[in-house]
Amino acid sequence: MKAKAFSYLRARTIEEALAAHSQAGDDARFIAGGQSLVPTLALRLQAPKLLIDITHLAELRGIRRESDFLRIGALTRHCEVMGEPLIAEFAPLLRAAAPFVAHPAIRNRGTLGGSIALADPAAEFPAMVLALDAEIEIAGLSGVRRVKADDFFVDLFETALAPGELVTAIHVPLFKANQKIAFDELARRRGDYALVGCGMIATFDGAKIETVRIAFFAVGHVPTRARTAEAVLPGYALDAARIAAAQAVLEQDLAPPDSDEAPPAMRLHLARVLLGRLLGRIGESA
Amino acid sequence: MSEIDTSFDPGDADEVVRVRFVLNGCKTSCAVAPRDTLLDCLRNSLELTGTHAGCEMGACAACLVLLDGRAVHSCLMFAVQADGARIETIEGLSESGAIADLQAEFHRRNALQCGFCTPGMLINAHELLSQNAAPSRAEIRDALSGNYCRCTGYEAIVDAVAAAAARRAGGKTKDHAS
Repeated sequence: MKAKAFSYLRARTIEEALAAHSQAGDDARFIAGGQSLVPTLALRLQAPKLLIDITHLAELRGIRRESDFLRIGALTRHCEVMGEPLIAEFAPLLRAAAPFVAHPAIRNRGTLGGSIALADPAAEFPAMVLALDAEIEIAGLSGVRRVKADDFFVDLFETALAPGELVTAIHVPLFKANQKIAFDELARRRGDYALVGCGMIATFDGAKIETVRIAFFAVGHVPTRARTAEAVLPGYALDAARIAAAQAVLEQDLAPPDSDEAPPAMRLHLARVLLGRLLGRIGESA
Repeated sequence: MSEIDTSFDPGDADEVVRVRFVLNGCKTSCAVAPRDTLLDCLRNSLELTGTHAGCEMGACAACLVLLDGRAVHSCLMFAVQADGARIETIEGLSESGAIADLQAEFHRRNALQCGFCTPGMLINAHELLSQNAAPSRAEIRDALSGNYCRCTGYEAIVDAVAAAAARRAGGKTKDHAS
């Protein structure tokens, strides 16, 4: 349970962090909160020769309201997602999901950017940035680019990040007065990875849904949007019949893999239950 | 672009770096390898063995310390990352008396048997009460959900934290009304 020897560099600038990664022949890892990285090093699932500590990069900190989005610095810790008033006001889906991420001591260290970059398919935040139609701000040696969440999560623990690129911020469209969010997950014990989890954000025109984005996690290799279920909702109020219609088509969106923890049919059933509950909650509050 | 230090040899197993932090109120310096966790540094180099090494992968929370005032797993960070930080261990919190009431309630209720998880439980409970002076039982259970106890079944631990919170609020708990 001890990591293999590595060297450590506390980066002072983004440029220094990127250059060091490149110099190490990309046999390096960026470390921020380290709550997922350190166990993999302790278990020797990976053994980079260089760790580049990015936690002191001021450019990766802070939460700022821009004209039509909230820029959340990658180093924003999960406990800050829970406590920051700007996030509660303009990105309430992240606020709703945060208490479900692991346990308090993990939330004190873990960072939003780290969770997105790791892209654990069972984690809450990757699916929520997908539901929110957020953009991932990425720095590399060739400059800064932004990738839509829809294009960011590629496969199991695989993202649009190229080797040596760094997530610097998440851009979340500002929450509007005619929008509603809902989040929940089903886990055997509090703080465990969910058997199934879901978050959604709906825009209303009166009592009727105008648009909705629904994202599931722990249902496959990547956080997954329920596009077919999303498509049957616009133009309707969320009554029991419409919720049932969304539940009926959900199996076209999700194909949970088999696992010891839960067979595919069980996960799909739980996903339908969760979808019904969350649409019901949004409908009641609309 | 700033100057890059190219003098290091990445992956050198014998590399030693010096870290400095404020440990239990005292300026402390320690020589560590980059791969040494804060847990190993505290226990092996600084001989503060009240911080317990359990799973060493962030699952059991026997190794919690306060880092800049927040409870963190000392097994999930390397000592070099703590350079410049303020760290408090169970030894510091015990000696300062900051958690004397929590310790007394744990003792009173037998909220420990083997005691292995107790330092982590106390540090987590201490942080909880510093943020939420009057937590419900559900909130206490939620806050302690990442701390494993394999002896007591948690009830007495939750009781002890609730009692300490009630006493701090100036109330008497049921057990002590008589």
